[in-house]
Amino acid sequence: MSTALQDPQITETPNYLNQEYGWKSWLFTKDHKRIAVLYIISITVMFFIGGIFASLIRIELLTPQGDLVNSDTYNKFFTMHGVVMVFFFLIPSIPATLGNFFLPMQIGAKDLAFPRINLLSWYIYIAGAAFALAAIVMGGVDTGWTFYTPFSSTYSNTFVITAAVGVFIAGFSSILTGLNFIVTVHKMRAPGMTWGRLPLFVWANYATSLIQVLGTPVVAITLALVGLERAFHIGIFDPAIGGDPILFQHMFWFYSHPAVYIMILPGMGVISELVTCFSRKGIFGYPFVAGSSLGIAIIGFLVWGHHMFVTGMSMYASLYFSLLTMLVAVPSAIKIFNWTATMFRGSISYETPMLYAFGFIGLFTIGGLTGLFLATLGVDVHVTDTYFVVAHFHYVMVGGMVLAYMGGMHFWWPKMTGRMYPEGWAKFAALLVFVGFNLTFFPQFITGYLGQPRRYHAYAPEFQVLNVMSTAGASVLAVGYIIPLIYFIYSLKYGPLAGPNPWKAKGLEWQTSSPPPTFNFETTPVVTEEAYAYAKESHVG
Amino acid sequence: MADTHSSAHGQSAVAEHEHSPYLRHHFDSMEQQFDSATLGMWVFLLTEIMFFGGMFGAYTVYRSLYPGAFASTSYYMNPAFGAMNTAVLIVSSLTMALAVRSARIGNQKLLQLFLILTMIFGAAFLVIKGFEYHEHWVDMKVPLIGHHWDYSEAPQFARQAQILFCFYFFMTGFHALHMVVGLGLMTTIFIMARKGTFSPSYFTPVEISGLYWHFVDIVWIFLFPLLYLIGRTKKLI
Repeated sequence: MSTALQDPQITETPNYLNQEYGWKSWLFTKDHKRIAVLYIISITVMFFIGGIFASLIRIELLTPQGDLVNSDTYNKFFTMHGVVMVFFFLIPSIPATLGNFFLPMQIGAKDLAFPRINLLSWYIYIAGAAFALAAIVMGGVDTGWTFYTPFSSTYSNTFVITAAVGVFIAGFSSILTGLNFIVTVHKMRAPGMTWGRLPLFVWANYATSLIQVLGTPVVAITLALVGLERAFHIGIFDPAIGGDPILFQHMFWFYSHPAVYIMILPGMGVISELVTCFSRKGIFGYPFVAGSSLGIAIIGFLVWGHHMFVTGMSMYASLYFSLLTMLVAVPSAIKIFNWTATMFRGSISYETPMLYAFGFIGLFTIGGLTGLFLATLGVDVHVTDTYFVVAHFHYVMVGGMVLAYMGGMHFWWPKMTGRMYPEGWAKFAALLVFVGFNLTFFPQFITGYLGQPRRYHAYAPEFQVLNVMSTAGASVLAVGYIIPLIYFIYSLKYGPLAGPNPWKAKGLEWQTSSPPPTFNFETTPVVTEEAYAYAKESHVG
Repeated sequence: MADTHSSAHGQSAVAEHEHSPYLRHHFDSMEQQFDSATLGMWVFLLTEIMFFGGMFGAYTVYRSLYPGAFASTSYYMNPAFGAMNTAVLIVSSLTMALAVRSARIGNQKLLQLFLILTMIFGAAFLVIKGFEYHEHWVDMKVPLIGHHWDYSEAPQFARQAQILFCFYFFMTGFHALHMVVGLGLMTTIFIMARKGTFSPSYFTPVEISGLYWHFVDIVWIFLFPLLYLIGRTKKLI
């Protein structure tokens, strides 16, 4: 598509990549686009570290006996898989990378409101990751990513404080990103970019930021209290002096349930961009899709107790949490229905980003609906701490967030680098990811429902067939992740030039050159139309 | 919202010729920059409320579980020190507010004077707090390090009262840490003020540091009654 643009002059246009060279120009940059690139590299490293632990888990579970590692080592594997993936990949995944890069561009700003704080957030992230990696190298943590007391505060003999300090520090990077986004969306919009014209990716990241700002401090203080308790051998969760370990769970999930929405809302924002672009239609019911992001963020703060139905919490509290959990399904379903309605009678094309969007919609629907099973008190008691839960949240986090991240990376790759990725390979990898993912996690719904408990390195022999399927799927999935890594790097040098707008997409980020100039726009754009004005006559909603 | 914003852009086009050296490249006007910084600080304070809120929430749970044990600890608190510190902080808030006002009207001398006063009061708070910690140590009321703990006067509360003292040290400790950060901010601002950075058209750092300082004061206003005055009307049982 870009043969006409194979003009060496175009590669030489000044942009954020060739403005300055050298490691100093990257490590001291205040450009949101370069910081986004730094984040992309860092979280990719963390993703593959987390992936190594996932592979080790799947290899161990190939056979019913615990033959590769002993149970203590296995405990460390799943803990470090969880800690790395949740706190160092999923939470920063879309906001800190694609959000950092495109949120300012989509509202027509030259940068985020606080560029130095943005850079600081990356350094804080690196410091947190260093602590987490130090905990891994020194010998690991075995508490599960949830750090439940009193095991974490008293009994575990692993590097809990180091890991908790890493998570504590990384939390502040998340807070600073959220703070920066909130102020940017409020104060930095270009003329004419009203709240009703904001792209849905911006709305989704704004809602995410609210959760980051309100939730993260609570998990920070909770982990600080656990760390202090471990250091001083006394503290407020210690049952020996009348402390309540369940209170830790309440405080932990007060953040960590909303954090689940940090891990899905930005993905939903990406899907809104992809579905409209590749259906060439305006979004169906813009106010509802935008509002449902805020709805998810708000209701998400009121449902944390559903992680604790079997802890002996009051039955009435459980009923309340069950009811509110089901309410979250309403805004989530609004999104699914509106994306489907957007595609209805659209001129759909099947480029790689759209394939990921299709994958997201299907897999997130399964993940969301099984979430309703878990919100139902009776069913939850049956499947608590089984592989059913593992399958459920991987459908949301991998089937949802990771697919959205991959879709977004493919969609915006030409804008970020100025080069196209190889479409054929990308479609093949997208197919591998989809097939591999389902083969990995669908069998876990069945084994979980039949009673295979999570977090054990050995299991009953009758589950072996399904577990072998799962491990085989994980191998396919791994190939599906490695192929994009290779062709993305390859395309940096050899990919065909993309031009400013290869997808003929709407949105301010496509109106500037690729890669964008350092200050994004030659002149501050003035917005005169609604978001996603693809073909006004076909717009229904 | 959108209308005020686009009008801010409109003004900037007019006021382009008076380009302040403190206007960062990605903002269109000083007004937009000031509003962004102020909103940023408010959002940050929101995160601080949630941070302390975690401890206040846990405190509430335990106080309703163990009201007797919590009330008994008041016997070992020194409300004279606490009240003195409350007064010190309220006065420091006043001097901080006056410092912001001085910056706003461009009175450099008064700005520096009030910043110095604010720092003196802040440091005084920490000194008094140090005396208090020392008193608890002598009293054997520090359950944390090596179980420096003796509650034989009311043995029935000996276990649960430790929870209150844990809260006491964690909450006042985190508060003191915020005071130290505040003093660091004040020092920075004082140096900036000495260099003549601030003027009526640019005093954003003074304004937002003031917001932070007042927030830290307000936290103490809640800590004082909740930690010192739970059971003052009763004798130790």
